Amino acid sequence: MFKKDIPPTNRSKVKSSAARALRQKLLDTYPGFEPYIEEIMPKKASLEAVKLPERATLYTIDSNPLFFQRFDDPPVPHLRLIHAFPSALPTVQIDRGAIRFVLSGATLMAPGLTSPGGRLPDAEHALEAGQVVAVKAEGKEEVCLVGALKVGTEEIKSKGKGVVIDEGHYLGDGLWKLHLD
Amino acid sequence: MAEVADSGPIESQARRVVYCGVCTLPPEYCEFGGTAKKCEEWLKANHEDLWSRLHSEGMNERLTSNSRPTDLKDALNANLSELSVSVQERAAKDAAKKEAKAAQTEARDAERKAASKIQIKRVERNKRKYVTVIIGLEIFGLENKKLAKELGKKMATGSSVTRSPAGTEEITVQGDVSEDVKEWLLENYGSKVPEANIELIEDKKKKKAEGPAV
Repeated sequence: MFKKDIPPTNRSKVKSSAARALRQKLLDTYPGFEPYIEEIMPKKASLEAVKLPERATLYTIDSNPLFFQRFDDPPVPHLRLIHAFPSALPTVQIDRGAIRFVLSGATLMAPGLTSPGGRLPDAEHALEAGQVVAVKAEGKEEVCLVGALKVGTEEIKSKGKGVVIDEGHYLGDGLWKLHLD
Repeated sequence: MAEVADSGPIESQARRVVYCGVCTLPPEYCEFGGTAKKCEEWLKANHEDLWSRLHSEGMNERLTSNSRPTDLKDALNANLSELSVSVQERAAKDAAKKEAKAAQTEARDAERKAASKIQIKRVERNKRKYVTVIIGLEIFGLENKKLAKELGKKMATGSSVTRSPAGTEEITVQGDVSEDVKEWLLENYGSKVPEANIELIEDKKKKKAEGPAV
Protein backbone atom coordinates (compact mmCIF):
# COMPACT_ATOMS: atom_id res chain seq x y z
CA MET A 1 0.00 0.00 0.00
CA PHE A 2 2.86 2.38 0.72
CA LYS A 3 5.43 1.05 -1.65
CA LYS A 4 6.48 4.47 -2.82
CA ASP A 5 8.05 7.00 -0.55
CA ILE A 6 5.59 9.47 0.83
CA PRO A 7 6.36 13.11 0.20
CA PRO A 8 6.22 15.38 3.23
CA THR A 9 2.73 16.73 3.47
CA ASN A 10 0.73 19.13 5.47
CA ARG A 11 -0.67 18.10 8.72
CA SER A 12 -3.56 19.43 10.65
CA LYS A 13 -4.82 19.24 14.16
CA VAL A 14 -7.72 16.93 14.82
CA LYS A 15 -10.68 18.33 16.70
CA SER A 16 -10.84 16.95 20.18
CA SER A 17 -14.27 15.51 19.58
CA ALA A 18 -13.02 13.69 16.51
CA ALA A 19 -9.98 12.56 18.47
CA ARG A 20 -12.26 11.11 21.11
CA ALA A 21 -14.21 9.20 18.51
CA LEU A 22 -11.00 7.87 17.00
CA ARG A 23 -9.75 6.78 20.35
CA GLN A 24 -12.97 4.91 20.97
CA LYS A 25 -12.77 3.33 17.57
CA LEU A 26 -9.20 2.22 18.18
CA LEU A 27 -10.24 0.61 21.43
CA ASP A 28 -13.24 -1.07 19.87
CA THR A 29 -11.13 -2.53 17.10
CA TYR A 30 -8.21 -3.50 19.31
CA PRO A 31 -9.25 -4.30 22.85
CA GLY A 32 -5.62 -5.25 23.37
CA PHE A 33 -4.68 -1.59 23.56
CA GLU A 34 -7.02 -0.99 26.48
CA PRO A 35 -4.42 -1.12 29.26
CA TYR A 36 -2.08 1.19 27.39
CA ILE A 37 -4.45 3.70 25.90
CA GLU A 38 -3.51 6.46 28.32
CA GLU A 39 0.06 6.06 27.23
CA ILE A 40 -0.67 5.87 23.55
CA MET A 41 -3.23 8.62 23.35
CA PRO A 42 -3.24 10.72 26.49
CA LYS A 43 -6.45 12.70 26.76
CA LYS A 44 -4.59 15.98 26.81
CA ALA A 45 -2.32 15.41 23.86
CA SER A 46 -3.38 16.93 20.58
CA LEU A 47 -3.77 14.48 17.79
CA GLU A 48 -2.53 15.45 14.36
CA ALA A 49 -3.65 14.10 11.03
CA VAL A 50 -1.22 13.64 8.15
CA LYS A 51 -2.57 13.03 4.68
CA LEU A 52 -1.19 9.97 2.95
CA PRO A 53 -1.67 8.80 -0.61
CA GLU A 54 -4.74 6.73 -1.48
CA ARG A 55 -6.88 8.89 0.73
CA ALA A 56 -5.48 7.42 3.85
CA THR A 57 -4.77 9.46 6.93
CA LEU A 58 -2.05 8.93 9.47
CA TYR A 59 -2.64 10.06 13.03
CA THR A 60 0.27 11.19 15.11
CA ILE A 61 0.98 12.70 18.50
CA ASP A 62 4.12 14.78 18.87
CA SER A 63 5.52 13.39 15.64
CA ASN A 64 5.06 9.82 16.81
CA PRO A 65 3.01 7.90 14.31
CA LEU A 66 0.16 5.99 15.92
CA PHE A 67 -2.12 4.52 13.32
CA PHE A 68 -3.52 5.14 9.87
CA GLN A 69 -6.95 4.80 8.42
CA ARG A 70 -8.51 4.67 5.01
CA PHE A 71 -12.01 6.07 4.70
CA ASP A 72 -13.84 4.35 7.49
CA ASP A 73 -11.89 1.14 7.44
CA PRO A 74 -10.66 -0.01 10.80
CA PRO A 75 -7.60 1.96 11.86
CA VAL A 76 -4.33 0.09 11.42
CA PRO A 77 -1.58 0.69 13.97
CA HIS A 78 1.77 1.88 12.72
CA LEU A 79 4.52 -0.72 13.07
CA ARG A 80 6.38 1.41 15.60
CA LEU A 81 3.33 1.33 17.82
CA ILE A 82 3.07 -2.42 17.42
CA HIS A 83 6.73 -2.78 18.31
CA ALA A 84 6.07 -0.87 21.49
CA PHE A 85 2.99 -2.91 22.40
CA PRO A 86 3.37 -6.25 20.67
CA SER A 87 0.65 -8.01 22.62
CA ALA A 88 -2.16 -5.74 21.49
CA LEU A 89 -2.84 -7.43 18.18
CA PRO A 90 -3.43 -11.03 17.19
CA THR A 91 -0.31 -12.33 15.49
CA VAL A 92 0.49 -14.88 12.87
CA GLN A 93 3.94 -15.98 11.77
CA ILE A 94 5.54 -16.48 8.42
CA ASP A 95 8.46 -18.72 7.58
CA ARG A 96 11.93 -17.47 6.88
CA GLY A 97 11.69 -17.81 3.16
CA ALA A 98 8.82 -15.36 2.96
CA ILE A 99 10.52 -12.51 4.81
CA ARG A 100 12.40 -11.11 1.90
CA PHE A 101 9.29 -11.00 -0.23
CA VAL A 102 7.27 -9.34 2.46
CA LEU A 103 9.94 -6.73 3.05
CA SER A 104 9.98 -5.85 -0.62
CA GLY A 105 6.27 -5.28 -0.60
CA ALA A 106 4.83 -8.46 -2.08
CA THR A 107 1.40 -9.65 -1.05
CA LEU A 108 1.47 -12.23 1.67
CA MET A 109 0.49 -15.65 0.34
CA ALA A 110 -0.89 -18.57 2.30
CA PRO A 111 2.05 -21.01 1.95
CA GLY A 112 4.24 -18.63 3.96
CA LEU A 113 1.91 -19.20 6.88
CA THR A 114 1.06 -22.87 6.49
CA SER A 115 4.61 -24.16 6.04
CA PRO A 116 6.49 -25.53 9.07
CA GLY A 117 8.06 -22.18 9.88
CA GLY A 118 4.74 -20.37 9.91
CA ARG A 119 2.22 -20.21 12.66
CA LEU A 120 -1.53 -19.66 12.65
CA PRO A 121 -3.85 -19.51 15.63
CA ASP A 122 -5.71 -22.75 16.36
CA ALA A 123 -9.33 -23.29 15.52
CA GLU A 124 -10.53 -21.90 18.83
CA HIS A 125 -8.87 -18.56 18.26
CA ALA A 126 -9.50 -18.46 14.53
CA LEU A 127 -9.45 -15.03 12.97
CA GLU A 128 -12.03 -13.78 10.54
CA ALA A 129 -11.41 -12.20 7.19
CA GLY A 130 -11.01 -8.47 7.56
CA GLN A 131 -9.33 -8.71 10.92
CA VAL A 132 -6.13 -6.71 11.19
CA VAL A 133 -3.23 -8.90 12.24
CA ALA A 134 0.44 -8.36 13.00
CA VAL A 135 2.78 -10.67 11.14
CA LYS A 136 5.92 -11.93 12.79
CA ALA A 137 8.69 -13.82 11.12
CA GLU A 138 10.29 -17.10 11.99
CA GLY A 139 13.32 -16.59 14.18
CA LYS A 140 12.66 -12.87 14.65
CA GLU A 141 11.16 -11.06 17.56
CA GLU A 142 9.67 -8.05 15.92
CA VAL A 143 6.63 -7.72 13.76
CA CYS A 144 7.38 -7.09 10.10
CA LEU A 145 3.97 -6.56 8.53
CA VAL A 146 0.55 -5.42 9.57
CA GLY A 147 -2.60 -5.57 7.52
CA ALA A 148 -6.12 -6.86 7.21
CA LEU A 149 -6.65 -10.53 6.43
CA LYS A 150 -8.29 -11.27 3.11
CA VAL A 151 -9.45 -14.68 4.20
CA GLY A 152 -10.08 -16.24 7.58
CA THR A 153 -7.35 -18.28 9.22
CA GLU A 154 -9.34 -21.50 9.06
CA GLU A 155 -9.76 -21.05 5.35
CA ILE A 156 -6.03 -20.48 4.96
CA LYS A 157 -5.39 -23.76 6.70
CA SER A 158 -7.85 -25.72 4.61
CA LYS A 159 -6.88 -24.19 1.28
CA GLY A 160 -3.20 -23.42 1.75
CA LYS A 161 -3.16 -21.20 -1.31
CA GLY A 162 -3.82 -17.68 -2.43
CA VAL A 163 -3.50 -14.17 -1.14
CA VAL A 164 -3.72 -13.59 2.58
CA ILE A 165 -2.79 -9.92 3.02
CA ASP A 166 -2.45 -7.78 -0.05
CA GLU A 167 -2.34 -4.25 1.29
CA GLY A 168 -0.25 -4.04 4.36
CA HIS A 169 2.23 -1.80 6.04
CA TYR A 170 5.63 -3.48 6.16
CA LEU A 171 9.06 -2.66 7.51
CA GLY A 172 10.88 -0.27 5.22
CA ASP A 173 7.94 0.91 3.16
CA GLY A 174 7.09 4.53 2.47
CA LEU A 175 5.08 4.91 5.63
CA TRP A 176 7.84 3.41 7.72
CA LYS A 177 10.36 5.82 6.25
CA LEU A 178 8.12 8.84 6.53
CA HIS A 179 9.78 11.50 8.64
CA LEU A 180 7.59 13.54 10.84
CA ASP A 181 9.50 16.36 12.37
CA MET B 1 21.04 8.32 17.01
CA ALA B 2 19.27 5.20 18.04
CA GLU B 3 15.71 5.75 17.16
CA VAL B 4 13.57 4.43 19.87
CA ALA B 5 9.90 3.68 19.87
CA ASP B 6 8.43 6.33 22.03
CA SER B 7 4.83 6.52 23.02
CA GLY B 8 4.98 9.06 25.75
CA PRO B 9 6.78 9.19 29.04
CA ILE B 10 3.92 8.34 31.39
CA GLU B 11 4.51 5.13 33.36
CA SER B 12 6.06 3.68 30.29
CA GLN B 13 4.79 0.22 29.57
CA ALA B 14 6.01 0.43 26.04
CA ARG B 15 8.83 -1.73 24.91
CA ARG B 16 11.71 0.28 23.66
CA VAL B 17 12.86 -1.09 20.39
CA VAL B 18 16.24 -0.23 18.97
CA TYR B 19 16.15 0.63 15.32
CA CYS B 20 19.15 0.42 13.06
CA GLY B 21 20.71 3.79 12.37
CA VAL B 22 21.51 2.84 8.82
CA CYS B 23 18.45 1.18 7.39
CA THR B 24 15.96 2.13 10.19
CA LEU B 25 14.66 -1.44 10.49
CA PRO B 26 14.90 -3.38 13.71
CA PRO B 27 18.43 -4.82 13.62
CA GLU B 28 17.27 -8.38 13.18
CA TYR B 29 15.84 -7.42 9.81
CA CYS B 30 18.97 -5.60 8.63
CA GLU B 31 20.02 -8.56 6.54
CA PHE B 32 17.08 -7.90 4.26
CA GLY B 33 17.73 -4.22 3.85
CA GLY B 34 20.52 -4.44 1.30
CA THR B 35 22.98 -2.56 3.49
CA ALA B 36 23.70 -5.44 5.79
CA LYS B 37 27.39 -4.79 6.17
CA LYS B 38 26.98 -1.17 7.16
CA CYS B 39 24.15 -2.07 9.48
CA GLU B 40 26.30 -4.60 11.21
CA GLU B 41 29.08 -2.09 11.72
CA TRP B 42 26.63 0.43 13.08
CA LEU B 43 25.17 -2.07 15.47
CA LYS B 44 28.56 -3.12 16.69
CA ALA B 45 29.53 0.44 17.37
CA ASN B 46 26.28 1.45 19.02
CA HIS B 47 24.74 -1.59 20.61
CA GLU B 48 27.43 -4.09 21.29
CA ASP B 49 25.20 -6.41 23.29
CA LEU B 50 22.60 -6.66 20.58
CA TRP B 51 25.26 -7.15 18.00
CA SER B 52 26.86 -10.07 19.77
CA ARG B 53 23.47 -11.67 20.24
CA LEU B 54 22.47 -11.38 16.63
CA HIS B 55 25.87 -12.22 15.40
CA SER B 56 26.30 -15.34 17.42
CA GLU B 57 22.98 -16.55 16.11
CA GLY B 58 24.43 -16.22 12.69
CA MET B 59 22.03 -13.56 11.56
CA ASN B 60 24.58 -11.36 9.97
CA GLU B 61 26.54 -14.21 8.57
CA ARG B 62 24.52 -14.28 5.44
CA LEU B 63 26.31 -11.26 4.09
CA THR B 64 29.82 -12.49 4.65
CA SER B 65 28.79 -15.76 3.15
CA ASN B 66 28.30 -14.06 -0.17
CA SER B 67 31.99 -13.51 -0.56
CA ARG B 68 33.13 -16.67 1.14
CA PRO B 69 30.42 -19.19 0.64
CA THR B 70 32.13 -22.21 2.10
CA ASP B 71 33.45 -20.84 5.41
CA LEU B 72 30.13 -20.01 6.87
CA LYS B 73 28.04 -22.71 5.43
CA ASP B 74 27.23 -23.98 8.89
CA ALA B 75 25.84 -20.76 10.14
CA LEU B 76 23.85 -20.44 7.01
CA ASN B 77 22.53 -23.91 7.27
CA ALA B 78 21.53 -23.50 10.84
CA ASN B 79 19.69 -20.44 9.80
CA LEU B 80 17.89 -21.76 6.82
CA SER B 81 17.73 -25.42 7.60
CA GLU B 82 14.09 -25.74 6.68
CA LEU B 83 14.54 -24.27 3.26
CA SER B 84 15.58 -26.42 0.39
CA VAL B 85 18.96 -25.77 -1.16
CA SER B 86 17.64 -24.18 -4.30
CA VAL B 87 15.51 -21.76 -2.35
CA GLN B 88 18.51 -20.93 -0.21
CA GLU B 89 20.56 -20.21 -3.24
CA ARG B 90 17.91 -18.04 -4.72
CA ALA B 91 17.54 -16.12 -1.49
CA ALA B 92 21.26 -15.57 -1.25
CA LYS B 93 21.42 -14.44 -4.83
CA ASP B 94 18.55 -12.10 -4.28
CA ALA B 95 20.18 -10.63 -1.21
CA ALA B 96 23.42 -10.15 -3.10
CA LYS B 97 21.62 -8.44 -5.90
CA LYS B 98 19.78 -6.16 -3.58
CA GLU B 99 22.96 -5.29 -1.85
CA ALA B 100 24.76 -4.50 -5.05
CA LYS B 101 21.90 -2.29 -6.05
CA ALA B 102 21.94 -0.45 -2.77
CA ALA B 103 25.68 0.06 -3.03
CA GLN B 104 25.28 1.35 -6.55
CA THR B 105 22.62 3.88 -5.66
CA GLU B 106 24.71 5.04 -2.79
CA ALA B 107 27.76 5.46 -4.95
CA ARG B 108 25.75 7.39 -7.48
CA ASP B 109 24.33 9.55 -4.75
CA ALA B 110 27.73 10.32 -3.34
CA GLU B 111 29.03 11.18 -6.76
CA ARG B 112 26.14 13.47 -7.40
CA LYS B 113 26.73 15.12 -4.08
CA ALA B 114 30.38 15.65 -4.80
CA ALA B 115 29.66 17.08 -8.21
CA SER B 116 26.87 19.41 -7.28
CA LYS B 117 27.28 22.79 -5.73
CA ILE B 118 25.21 24.91 -3.46
CA GLN B 119 25.00 28.27 -5.09
CA ILE B 120 24.52 31.33 -2.97
CA LYS B 121 23.67 34.08 -5.36
CA ARG B 122 23.49 37.73 -4.71
CA VAL B 123 20.93 39.16 -7.06
CA GLU B 124 20.55 42.85 -7.59
CA ARG B 125 17.04 43.86 -7.01
CA ASN B 126 17.12 47.62 -7.18
CA LYS B 127 20.49 49.31 -7.57
CA ARG B 128 21.58 49.12 -3.96
CA LYS B 129 19.13 46.49 -2.83
CA TYR B 130 19.91 42.81 -3.07
CA VAL B 131 18.33 39.51 -2.41
CA THR B 132 20.21 36.30 -1.74
CA VAL B 133 19.14 33.22 -3.60
CA ILE B 134 20.26 29.80 -2.40
CA ILE B 135 20.06 26.93 -4.86
CA GLY B 136 20.76 23.24 -4.60
CA LEU B 137 20.27 22.47 -0.94
CA GLU B 138 17.97 19.52 -1.37
CA ILE B 139 20.68 17.39 -2.94
CA PHE B 140 22.47 17.50 0.38
CA GLY B 141 19.47 16.27 2.25
CA LEU B 142 18.35 19.61 3.59
CA GLU B 143 14.78 20.70 3.53
CA ASN B 144 14.17 23.99 1.78
CA LYS B 145 11.08 24.91 3.68
CA LYS B 146 12.50 24.40 7.10
CA LEU B 147 15.75 26.05 6.23
CA ALA B 148 14.03 29.10 4.83
CA LYS B 149 12.22 29.58 8.08
CA GLU B 150 15.37 29.18 10.11
CA LEU B 151 17.28 31.57 7.89
CA GLY B 152 14.57 34.16 8.22
CA LYS B 153 14.85 33.93 11.96
CA LYS B 154 18.60 34.04 11.97
CA MET B 155 19.00 36.95 9.58
CA ALA B 156 15.91 38.77 10.80
CA THR B 157 14.69 39.28 7.27
CA GLY B 158 12.09 37.86 4.99
CA SER B 159 12.99 34.44 3.68
CA SER B 160 10.93 32.11 1.60
CA VAL B 161 10.97 29.16 -0.72
CA THR B 162 10.34 30.23 -4.29
CA ARG B 163 10.04 28.44 -7.53
CA SER B 164 12.66 29.42 -10.03
CA PRO B 165 11.70 29.79 -13.69
CA ALA B 166 13.33 26.43 -14.32
CA GLY B 167 10.87 24.84 -11.95
CA THR B 168 13.29 24.00 -9.16
CA GLU B 169 12.91 25.23 -5.64
CA GLU B 170 15.19 27.80 -4.14
CA ILE B 171 15.37 29.90 -1.03
CA THR B 172 15.20 33.64 -1.38
CA VAL B 173 16.46 35.67 1.53
CA GLN B 174 16.00 39.40 1.51
CA GLY B 175 19.11 41.47 1.78
CA ASP B 176 22.72 40.82 0.93
CA VAL B 177 23.53 38.08 3.38
CA SER B 178 25.49 35.64 1.24
CA GLU B 179 28.54 35.59 3.50
CA ASP B 180 26.42 35.12 6.56
CA VAL B 181 24.44 32.36 4.93
CA LYS B 182 27.60 30.52 4.04
CA GLU B 183 28.94 30.84 7.54
CA TRP B 184 25.66 29.78 9.04
CA LEU B 185 25.36 26.77 6.77
CA LEU B 186 28.81 25.57 7.65
CA GLU B 187 28.23 26.09 11.31
CA ASN B 188 24.91 24.30 11.48
CA TYR B 189 25.05 21.80 8.67
CA GLY B 190 28.78 21.47 8.25
CA SER B 191 28.50 17.73 8.54
CA LYS B 192 26.24 17.55 5.53
CA VAL B 193 27.68 20.28 3.38
CA PRO B 194 31.38 20.39 2.58
CA GLU B 195 32.75 23.91 2.28
CA ALA B 196 34.17 23.25 -1.15
CA ASN B 197 30.68 22.70 -2.47
CA ILE B 198 29.42 26.11 -1.55
CA GLU B 199 29.77 28.72 -4.17
CA LEU B 200 29.24 32.43 -3.82
CA ILE B 201 28.08 34.21 -6.91
CA GLU B 202 27.62 37.89 -7.35
CA ASP B 203 25.02 38.43 -9.92
CA LYS B 204 25.59 42.09 -10.58
CA LYS B 205 23.94 43.07 -13.77
CA LYS B 206 21.29 40.52 -14.31
CA LYS B 207 18.16 42.43 -14.96
CA LYS B 208 18.45 45.01 -17.71
CA ALA B 209 16.29 47.98 -16.95
CA GLU B 210 14.08 47.48 -13.97
CA GLY B 211 11.94 50.50 -14.48
CA PRO B 212 13.09 53.95 -13.50
CA ALA B 213 15.51 52.95 -10.83
CA VAL B 214 16.97 56.28 -9.89
